[in-house]
Amino acid sequence: MVEKITVGHVHMSGCTGCLVSFADNYEGLFKILDNYADLVYALTLVDVRHIPEMDVALVEGSVCLQDKCSVEEIKEAREKAKIVVALGGCAAYGNITRFCRGGQWNQPQMESYVPIADLIDVDLYIPGCAPTPQQIRNVCIMAYLLLKGTDEQKELAGAYLKPLMDLAQRGDEACGCDLMYDVINQGLCMGCGSCAAACPVRAVTIEYGKPNIDRDMCIKCGACYAQCPRSFFNFDVMNEFEGISELIKGVME
Amino acid sequence: MVLGNYKSVVAARSADNEILKGAQDGGIVTQLFAYALEEGIIDGAIVAGPSEEPWKPEPVIATTKAELLAARGTKYTLSPNISLLKEATRSYGLDKIGIVGTPCQMQAVRKAQLYPVGMRDVPDKIALAVGIFCMENFPYQSLEAIVEDHCNVKLESVKKLDIGKGKFWAYTERGAVTQIPLKVTHKYEQPGCHVCLDYVSNLADISTGSVGAPDGWSTVFVRTKNGEDTWGKAIAAGCFETKPIEEVKPGLDLVKKLATDKITKNQKTLEARATFGVGKGLRNPYI
Repeated sequence: MVEKITVGHVHMSGCTGCLVSFADNYEGLFKILDNYADLVYALTLVDVRHIPEMDVALVEGSVCLQDKCSVEEIKEAREKAKIVVALGGCAAYGNITRFCRGGQWNQPQMESYVPIADLIDVDLYIPGCAPTPQQIRNVCIMAYLLLKGTDEQKELAGAYLKPLMDLAQRGDEACGCDLMYDVINQGLCMGCGSCAAACPVRAVTIEYGKPNIDRDMCIKCGACYAQCPRSFFNFDVMNEFEGISELIKGVME
Repeated sequence: MVLGNYKSVVAARSADNEILKGAQDGGIVTQLFAYALEEGIIDGAIVAGPSEEPWKPEPVIATTKAELLAARGTKYTLSPNISLLKEATRSYGLDKIGIVGTPCQMQAVRKAQLYPVGMRDVPDKIALAVGIFCMENFPYQSLEAIVEDHCNVKLESVKKLDIGKGKFWAYTERGAVTQIPLKVTHKYEQPGCHVCLDYVSNLADISTGSVGAPDGWSTVFVRTKNGEDTWGKAIAAGCFETKPIEEVKPGLDLVKKLATDKITKNQKTLEARATFGVGKGLRNPYI
């Protein structure tokens, strides 16, 4: 691989779980960093103080409106990065930070936490809390193919990434209710149980063959809706699952 | 694409009489998983097992042949098998998962592999996905209404349920057979089935169903390299009796006809959804 893409991890108000998840690709992470991507910005991992120019910014966490530094940084990330990815539920949907009401020592006035799309345009969402190592890996590989691949690879990567780009266009609010609004209420649910499996906090159970949401448990990470085969289902990509799985495996070997 | 990509298709049945007894048709799924368990191809399989209520399936992780045998037969009502997909890697610690499901559930499995949004460490652990042919499915309460109200049979007394020859059949323990035309059951179908564009589990490793094969046999499509590998080994081990699909009645033409019928009908439903209201439509999940 001759040319690498440049990637940065921008840390807003999040728990670092997304970064840990990225690292949980273990040797796969080294493979990505050795062959496909230069990490040009990342808290604790890269000794760079200011956000540099980069191809892809992976943004973790929501933005605290009362933290001037965070607001400046997210704007700067948008200006400096070709592609901005909301990495994880907080950046995409606010996630658990939606429930914040301030009052925490030693910055009690910090009470407003918003998903990054409230302030900047976002190109792509990776929902979930934490987003899975495999989903991050797949996006990394496809982003690389999209920017540096052959025409054929660009086409495949574009098709793969489109639903995640559509999620970024769909809006920056998500919770288990989406399953009701966009799937059950639309007469689309077929009771497979993907949502229940995807939920990181076990807020989704299957009752009468349909998802039941414990709304007190839901953290608004968006995983259930994004995992549902009836939220988006990309036949072009999915019919090629065998070839794409092999491609990903080959790239990571 | 009505029959999906496949490498081979045959008529087959299990060579194990214990499995055939109580199987829906050729006992393909039970036999495949039993073999795969024995050979270590899978560590366990997510199947629609029995629950406390009659004919209400509950997804279970079978790690023994006895558990597979207890889950034999078609239930015709929803079993959210995918709900255990991640759990299988956690509480059960499976590294090689077998899973059986309807075409929509096979779609869910492949989406979980290619877009593992909430499926941490799941994508690489699907060892054998077996799909079944499916025209539509019923919610449990629908099944109750069909069997108890229309067939006049208590669910507890039912030994086998079947759909075939344009009819819904209920066989009781005491030997009574009730049949009603499928046009009676249509309104009880799960609405979400009506946008499904897959009849024969196009995305499975191996898919199977009774249609096309003679009574007591099943049609089997081998679709992926992974499926081909397992099927080849199972055949070599003498797990199945097979016949060329060209030599059996009613044959592949019937499968093709039913698949085309389902896809055409549901495509129309999708089109009708686009203008369902006045100037307003319903979502198309595929675009």
